Amino acid sequence: MEINIEHVAHLARLGLSDEEKKTFSKQLGNILQYAENLNKLDISDISPTSHAILMENVMRDDKVEKCQDIESIMKNGPEIEENMFKVPRIME
Amino acid sequence: MIDKTAHELHDLLIKKKISSVELAEKVFLRIESVEPQIKAYITLTKDEAIKQAEAADKRLKENKNVTLLTGIPIAVKDNMCTKGILTTCASKILANYIAPYDATVVTKLKEAGSVIIGKTNLDEFAMGSSTENSGLQITKNPRDLERVPGGSSGGSAAAVAANEAILATGSDTGGSIRQPASFCGIVGLKPTYGRVSRYGLVAFASSLDQIGPLAKDVTDAAILLQVMAGYDPKDSTSVNVPVPDYQKSLTTNIKGLKVGVIKELMGEGISADVKSAIKSAIKKYEELGAVISEVSLPSFEYAVSTYYLIAPAEASSNLARFDGVKYGHRSQEAKDLITMYYNTRREGFGAEVKRRIILGTYALSAGYYDAYYLKALKVRTLIKQDFEKALSNCDVLVSPTSPTVAFKIGEKANDPLSMYLSDIATIPVNLAGIPAISIPCGNANNLPIGLQIMGKAFDEETILKAAYAFEQNTDWHLKK
Repeated sequence: MEINIEHVAHLARLGLSDEEKKTFSKQLGNILQYAENLNKLDISDISPTSHAILMENVMRDDKVEKCQDIESIMKNGPEIEENMFKVPRIME
Repeated sequence: MIDKTAHELHDLLIKKKISSVELAEKVFLRIESVEPQIKAYITLTKDEAIKQAEAADKRLKENKNVTLLTGIPIAVKDNMCTKGILTTCASKILANYIAPYDATVVTKLKEAGSVIIGKTNLDEFAMGSSTENSGLQITKNPRDLERVPGGSSGGSAAAVAANEAILATGSDTGGSIRQPASFCGIVGLKPTYGRVSRYGLVAFASSLDQIGPLAKDVTDAAILLQVMAGYDPKDSTSVNVPVPDYQKSLTTNIKGLKVGVIKELMGEGISADVKSAIKSAIKKYEELGAVISEVSLPSFEYAVSTYYLIAPAEASSNLARFDGVKYGHRSQEAKDLITMYYNTRREGFGAEVKRRIILGTYALSAGYYDAYYLKALKVRTLIKQDFEKALSNCDVLVSPTSPTVAFKIGEKANDPLSMYLSDIATIPVNLAGIPAISIPCGNANNLPIGLQIMGKAFDEETILKAAYAFEQNTDWHLKK
């Protein structure tokens, strides 16, 4: 079992060192090989469970409420300017 | 004083034999003396705690709004948001994150008048079974400093076991409350999914995560669960059902209680010491009048595979928010947006988190979704059905909490699969969403062994009752 680590890491926007790529490749290969045991089961007629407890949509009234104070939210921003989060230039 | 339980201390507090400030100060003295070895806490909040203790003393003095937790020192796992105080998830990526709000559980603890001592260590983002994956520090097992405390709520379990807190909160996605409770010789309860609000719990795997108590005995676990439980409009997955009075369920009469022993968790892969302790526990239940039977849940063979596809898949999606934009670490080596993402996440996440992001992203990616993620969701249905079938004939099911006692620090660190396999007894419970408790039931070479008791969805009462009856008729919970 071989994962294309490069491709998957790109999907996850996750930078990896060469060392990590090598180690993870091997370790994840082992894990996926172990997970092959699921193929022993015939599950064609089984429906999937994404939540164990029955879930239904929760609606609330559409009314205006006070939000958390902006200052303590912005304070966590690595780079801010006038209540906006700054990021590197997106377009040239 | 600090080795007492919350309910014992509550009696002393209301009789004015001790004050809450005095108790908090004793806890901080204890922390000062043992914390350099144990390293259970990431952040200590002494000034805040003393203020909370003073407020608790005022409540006690005026006899107004006194709850069972008023004035009781408690530790909070560091993946639960605390307003104005660091919430790091033991990750470098959140090392400087100060939450702008309290998790609902924290709000409830504050309202009850408890005294928050600090934030405890965990495996980074709660991903792990030993707390060795913390990006900040290694926590030691108070029973043996060469061994892990379990994980991911290892800091919380170690804090309670070492009397650095009277109670603690934990979160459990695949065993992260129960297994550290087992390794440290205390009680840990994972409630039914939806019983306790997850609002303000930093999400790991949203369909599996649940908050619960870590405590020195079953009564304390029931008391803390009582405060935590209940519907919360802020968590759309919390379930709006009545919360019973859990202390009422603490009776020792379990005559006729139907106890099922899970065959698949008493065979290969379970160490001889653990097996023999569980067998003795089952014998004890028989003596107490319970009706024992063996049950088979054949789908357990697939539980580890199922869990380690679903949990990383959900994690890879949840952790996409750590991008260096709104909070947390941002790489200084970024020439454009994409390298900012790449480098921020490379620098901020530890190895296990990266491994799971890759695994989860892979399981969800085009061409592999059906083969891995969807297949795992289908097998999850089988696991749930197996539990339903077993619990239609039994009131509770029992098994070891962990196949072994606490292992040595470093022993499994380089072999993720063997670490994952050690979760075999706890992860099926999260996949099915049902409640389970781990209580001390034996020792091997002075290391504690945990008995896991599982029950029907929203029936925490019956597992508490079964746990309480065992505890009151044994003295494993008193062993230090």
